[in-house]
Amino acid sequence: MTEELDALVRRALTEVAPELAPELDDLDPNVDLWRELELDSMDHLSVMTRLSEATGRDIPERDYPKLRSLHAICEYLA
Amino acid sequence: MSDDVATFDYALPSLGADMDVGRIVEWRVAVGDAVSRGDVMAVVETEKSDIDIEIWHDGVVEEFLVDLEEEIPVGTPIVRLTGRGPAEHEPAVPPASPPEPTSPTGASPSPPPAASLVETPARPASAPTARVRSSPRARHLAGERGIDLAGVVGTGPDGAVIAADLDTVAGEAPAPPDRMRSVIAARMERSNREIPHYHLALDVDLTRLDRWLAERNEAAPIAERILPAAAFVRAVALAAATHPELNGHWIEDRLVPATEVNVAMAVSLRRGGLMTPKVEHADRRSVAEIMAELRQHVTAARTGSLKASWMTGATITVTNLGDHGADLVHGVISPPEVALVGIGRPTERPWAVDGSVVVRRIVTVTLAADHRATDGASGSRFLRAMADLLEHPEEL
Repeated sequence: MTEELDALVRRALTEVAPELAPELDDLDPNVDLWRELELDSMDHLSVMTRLSEATGRDIPERDYPKLRSLHAICEYLA
Repeated sequence: MSDDVATFDYALPSLGADMDVGRIVEWRVAVGDAVSRGDVMAVVETEKSDIDIEIWHDGVVEEFLVDLEEEIPVGTPIVRLTGRGPAEHEPAVPPASPPEPTSPTGASPSPPPAASLVETPARPASAPTARVRSSPRARHLAGERGIDLAGVVGTGPDGAVIAADLDTVAGEAPAPPDRMRSVIAARMERSNREIPHYHLALDVDLTRLDRWLAERNEAAPIAERILPAAAFVRAVALAAATHPELNGHWIEDRLVPATEVNVAMAVSLRRGGLMTPKVEHADRRSVAEIMAELRQHVTAARTGSLKASWMTGATITVTNLGDHGADLVHGVISPPEVALVGIGRPTERPWAVDGSVVVRRIVTVTLAADHRATDGASGSRFLRAMADLLEHPEEL
């Protein structure tokens, strides 16, 4: 389940920022990925939109601060 | 208007003042197709990205006049159409572009439209002959390395070949000359050489804007949420509409105020460089409409599918440093525009309110303006108007 979510998040990131595919492979799941990958607020919104559509879950803005790392996002969606 | 049916030719538009030649890499219409204003006719390859070019009048495609991948000068007729002709609907380009002092006079019959911040020159001859879905960067590198893209497995969107994919087939690769960098260099050099800039800054309290956006976004589905960037563009547009001396172009030693407000927004590209697609008539669009357009622009800029009509005709430019940026920016104006608005990184700061110090989220907004066109007093009024709107978001 977690592996599926991990793949889902990685796919969303790759779709939004295809150039980052190589960096994603080495990404520490516990770091702040937005800062690490220099993703801006528009990228962030695009990724959240994809995750929300893929999982059918609303992701309210107030939860954004919790969703900083790959690990945290997977836990949140699980 | 006459109903006369005539034959007319559609010419390769300039996608920037420094663009002399281009290359059609894909036709999006076929001979016999009926086309209407706004339809994408073809994809033009430039150094920085592929750009969709649109037709500006209705007609029927009669004949293609150039071959795919052929390098052709700007102004070359590329498609022959029959229809009522181009007279009624000309593209909404800015007033005549100023002469480009650093480049020889182009052969195009009419002056090309002024470019957004960074122009899009044609690439050197390096395009592969087979058309494979691929990123501009990948094509550029493939040309330099002599790799046929048709033989590369793509890992990008829809299987597109991206630069990283080339590493799986390439051996030793020479460092590619960064053409986009040199385009930006030429542009900025011209700006600093010709434009006597003055710079102003103002701190803006974002408390009310943050609350206003949070309330709207709480009730909105995720796809309709609005980012502060859209509110910034809207505030710039409204301020520009009431301060025409900062919304226009410096042409032949005088200010030509624009009749429209088209706000270009700098979008940085991850592989380096930036593009500046515009939000047309941003003073007449709601914040939600601007947001939808910004989303579209950012995606297009980063996937190389910008439309030519977005890249020309800007009357003022905004650069938004975002959450990872610096606190403020002293911008460099994109000639022939006369102003550039910079939005720094919003940060929590101590802020005096009614005699007490409180913590507020503050953003430093800057204006770089052309001192030939305006003085600091005008610039200050503009910034103040923008700040008032951001601090009273219900007026946006």
